[in-house]
Amino acid sequence: MAARTRYAPDRGLTARMTATMFLLGLVFVGFVAAIIGIGAATHASDAVIVLFAVVIAGGFAIGSLFYSDKIALSTARAVVVSPNDGKEAAYLHGIVDRVCALADMPKPRIAIAPSRLPNAFATGRNADKAVLCVTTEMMSPRFTPEELEAVIAHEMSHVAHKDVQVMTIASFLGVVAALLIRFSFYGELFGGGGRGRSNNNGGGAYILFIIMGVSIAVYAISFLLIRMLSRYRELAADRSGALLTGQPSALKSALVKVSEGINMIPTKDLRSAEPLNAFFFAPAAHLTRGKSLSTIFSTHPSLERRLAELDKVQQQLNQAR
Amino acid sequence: MGFLDTLLGRTKPVPPKLDDLFALPSAAITLDAGTGFKPTGSGSVCFRPVEGRSFSDVQKEVQELLNMDSGSEGGLPVEVTKDSYGFTWLVSSHMSDQLDTLVTDLHAVNSSLVDAGFGPQLLCTLVAFRDDQERRLGLIYLYKRGTFYPFAPLDGERRDNSLELQVKGVVGDDLKWEPDLARWFPVWGAPGL
Repeated sequence: MAARTRYAPDRGLTARMTATMFLLGLVFVGFVAAIIGIGAATHASDAVIVLFAVVIAGGFAIGSLFYSDKIALSTARAVVVSPNDGKEAAYLHGIVDRVCALADMPKPRIAIAPSRLPNAFATGRNADKAVLCVTTEMMSPRFTPEELEAVIAHEMSHVAHKDVQVMTIASFLGVVAALLIRFSFYGELFGGGGRGRSNNNGGGAYILFIIMGVSIAVYAISFLLIRMLSRYRELAADRSGALLTGQPSALKSALVKVSEGINMIPTKDLRSAEPLNAFFFAPAAHLTRGKSLSTIFSTHPSLERRLAELDKVQQQLNQAR
Repeated sequence: MGFLDTLLGRTKPVPPKLDDLFALPSAAITLDAGTGFKPTGSGSVCFRPVEGRSFSDVQKEVQELLNMDSGSEGGLPVEVTKDSYGFTWLVSSHMSDQLDTLVTDLHAVNSSLVDAGFGPQLLCTLVAFRDDQERRLGLIYLYKRGTFYPFAPLDGERRDNSLELQVKGVVGDDLKWEPDLARWFPVWGAPGL
């Protein structure tokens, strides 16, 4: 059927994303197995550290899921607006109304953040609690209504894909690993320098060293994989957003304008916007043009890559019946 | 959206639900009996145009189809407007007693777009009503939900909520109403209203 082919999923992207998630899962399973193995081979006292790390990381994860919207809004100094709060708010609500009606999604709360950075982000743990935040610069006449709509459709796709949940879960064991590095570091300090347990001291330090080594490896690998997953999810949101509005080129031109804007912004703004990077439409920290390293560390794909993927959407929408 | 689709970050564009549109003519009779609002004979389909030749060809076909139709029955030609949000409205105008023909016309637009694979681009359909005091009322059909809601604009981007709720009460079960009031989004300055 024509309807099916025109909106066919991108198999390449799906395959790459699946592979990334599989690898991430594999690393985590290996990590858990190693920790259990170490725990079984030693006394229970070291397992307490691991449990402690899991509990704290769990607390972080739940906290960030439940308060993601409040934290993000206050960091961006954004204010939630209703349609009656002036002309800009009414305009924004009008666009979001239509995007939501097209996508059959509940309407998120809408916030406006004062910033000279043209940007937008969506956060909140599910579609009902979602907040969509747009900066004042994004609503300036520099961006046409179509471009603003394309950006909003991209953000609404993040909400539909539950990216806040997915990324929180994906980062969970990475946080556990990071905490374990820290704990075993302190454990070693106290175990070696303090009063010490004469019968078990050497063995305990040795075990902690192994835990630290495993955690460092897991942290490093999962960090790269999480970044990779984040980039794929950006591409997925670009794609869904462009299919939704039917205007891939509006999204393309918005991306180009946003990236240009980000290049020109003074450092002070950049730094204050940094903690929100993972949820932003385009990251504020601008990386150097170098290909290899900057690409594997960044949360967003390069502009060229995003434009190339949108070209595919364009062809797909325009293919003959 | 399924679990796997969420996990893999692919949203499928939502296909429209078309059938409930045909409930309009009988609901219009109930509406007239209860409130005095009569159809003006004009109605419109609102959709998101897709860039590229493929879509503009389909749109042209639809227009020609509707114009052919109106020629034989003495109706007005189809009017195409683009609103400030970048959506396209096809306005079809008939005599006020030809609501059946109007709904058939609107449905022709739907099926042409769906057949060409552009079903997910359909946003809403609006059928305009007026009463003796020249108050305006639109019954709006949301394609993605398959539901209706009333929209009664006043001057200066205000809407007459009490009239809207009254209309919903009067028509009652004749139409499938949108239960979520947050989705009764306004369409200010909608062509044909």
